[in-house]
Amino acid sequence: MISRCAAMLSSLLLLLAPLWSWAQQDGIFDEYRAMFGDDNPAVFVIDEGEELWFNEAGPKSMTLEGCDLGLGAGVVEGAYAQLPRYFADTDRVQDIESRLEHCMIELQGKTREEIHAKPYSLRGDLGTEMEALVAWLAEQSRGLAIAPGQAHPSERSSYELGEQLFYFRAGPHDFSCATCHGQSGKRIRLQSLPDLTAHEGAADAYSSWPAYRISQGIVRTMGWRMRDCFRQQRMPELIMGSEAAVALQTYLAVNAAGATMAAPGLKR
Amino acid sequence: MKTIKTLTLCCLLINAAVADDAALALKSSMADKNFVTLDRVERDALQTFCSKPRSEEGDTETANDLRESARAAVPVPAEGDFLGDWQRGEAVANNGRGLQYSDNPQQPNGGNCYACHQLDPDEVAYGTLGPSLTGYGARGQSLSMLEYTWIKLWNTHAYNVCSHMPRFGAAGILSEQQLKDVMAYLLDPLSPVNSGLIP
Amino acid sequence: MASRIRIRAQLKGDACEVKALMRHPMETGLRKDQLGEAIPARFITAVTVTHNDKIVLDAFWGAAVSANPFLGMRFKGGSVGDVVKVSWLDNQGDTGEGETQIR
Repeated sequence: MISRCAAMLSSLLLLLAPLWSWAQQDGIFDEYRAMFGDDNPAVFVIDEGEELWFNEAGPKSMTLEGCDLGLGAGVVEGAYAQLPRYFADTDRVQDIESRLEHCMIELQGKTREEIHAKPYSLRGDLGTEMEALVAWLAEQSRGLAIAPGQAHPSERSSYELGEQLFYFRAGPHDFSCATCHGQSGKRIRLQSLPDLTAHEGAADAYSSWPAYRISQGIVRTMGWRMRDCFRQQRMPELIMGSEAAVALQTYLAVNAAGATMAAPGLKR
Repeated sequence: MKTIKTLTLCCLLINAAVADDAALALKSSMADKNFVTLDRVERDALQTFCSKPRSEEGDTETANDLRESARAAVPVPAEGDFLGDWQRGEAVANNGRGLQYSDNPQQPNGGNCYACHQLDPDEVAYGTLGPSLTGYGARGQSLSMLEYTWIKLWNTHAYNVCSHMPRFGAAGILSEQQLKDVMAYLLDPLSPVNSGLIP
Repeated sequence: MASRIRIRAQLKGDACEVKALMRHPMETGLRKDQLGEAIPARFITAVTVTHNDKIVLDAFWGAAVSANPFLGMRFKGGSVGDVVKVSWLDNQGDTGEGETQIR
């Protein structure tokens, strides 16, 4: 009687073992990441971003050294970690991409059309200027605390708008961000899904983007990730640096506040 | 009692106003892409009501109305006409494409069931957003079970308002034939979904 | 914007650390396309790293290496300004090459 129970129990455990290892998928990728150590193919993109910052470009043949990312003109160390934030000169809350767009237009004389023509790489591309700049700027905030602005009323309403948009069910599939990211311990196929409404999940996500996406061989930004989420939600194209893009990033960054930036990260 | 009703009405109106701001902001933040246009930002009554955290119950009366109207609008097949081909259903369950601006609108949409559900016990790449459907066929093929499964697939809100499962029939994501094939994938004793069941 | 091979060579202590990112699909030949046809094998078979034209790494790769390989290696005896070259050859006879100076 007892030995039969034991036999059944051990065969049950054997059956469950492969399921257990699949449930530990994240652990496997963590091991893979650990093998890289400090290495990250993003180093090359970071170098390109630095070159672009100091490169004379546009009709005005100017560099981006005069660009104010919130800590003063040309101050890049720690700037990414304090975005999104309110800017008096544009009277709006801005993320890294909309701020870079502003500087490219004002300082370099580039047009909005050319900046928005192809800000993110398409399949097979080797990287865009925006991706390289964001990679370098994120690197300048590595190890620093995520601290988006929330003192200004516009910053607080940006957070509230971001929260509204997070739960916005729409499109033929009725998806919102919360469909996938509104609870913990879930995954889509084998990809684990952070709970972005809670500090831990938001911190994991916000601190690791931009990231070198191994499957694509390029660096992707948080702005791109949100655009791609909306695509997968069967929604139209999210405009880079738009009010909604900024609001959603504000929502994430505030939920992540206090955690340490570790970008560019490394992702599948 | 009257004060509570007035307050509730005020809250709903304020929420509606705030929500309209969100819709306006999103619309101005998006652009048409290929065949996917800004009309998708317009929400119907169900989507508006369900644009809230899972923990928030929402107004019971509205929920009941939405559930009843969802149920009433489901076209149920005639008896004996619920099940298609499980092999085609398997393909629908595995196919995650359809209705994205990166998809080919000439191709049929998939159901992407594996994104959220476990089905075939031998398939390890399954999601956990929804409950496991492995061995679903154990429920048998009584008329009520066939109808329940069909209605759930067509419009899950007929039973569970604010579920995050898409309205595969009501929203026109899958065709009637595709849905019947998915029914077979779930209920046919020969389907791999039911391979673990004692025959 | 970026080339098919990007290289970085940095002195760290008494060794020079080389990192290279190669743009290559590394097709195993086992994948099938939408029509069920096998995608032809195309993968790097040999990688060479030289320091001032002297070979410091000679590697033989195969289909098991994933797409866009990221190579990291160290060798002793480099100085700032020395030239480090990385080159590869694939099974279809295609080649890639890049060089940098040690920083």
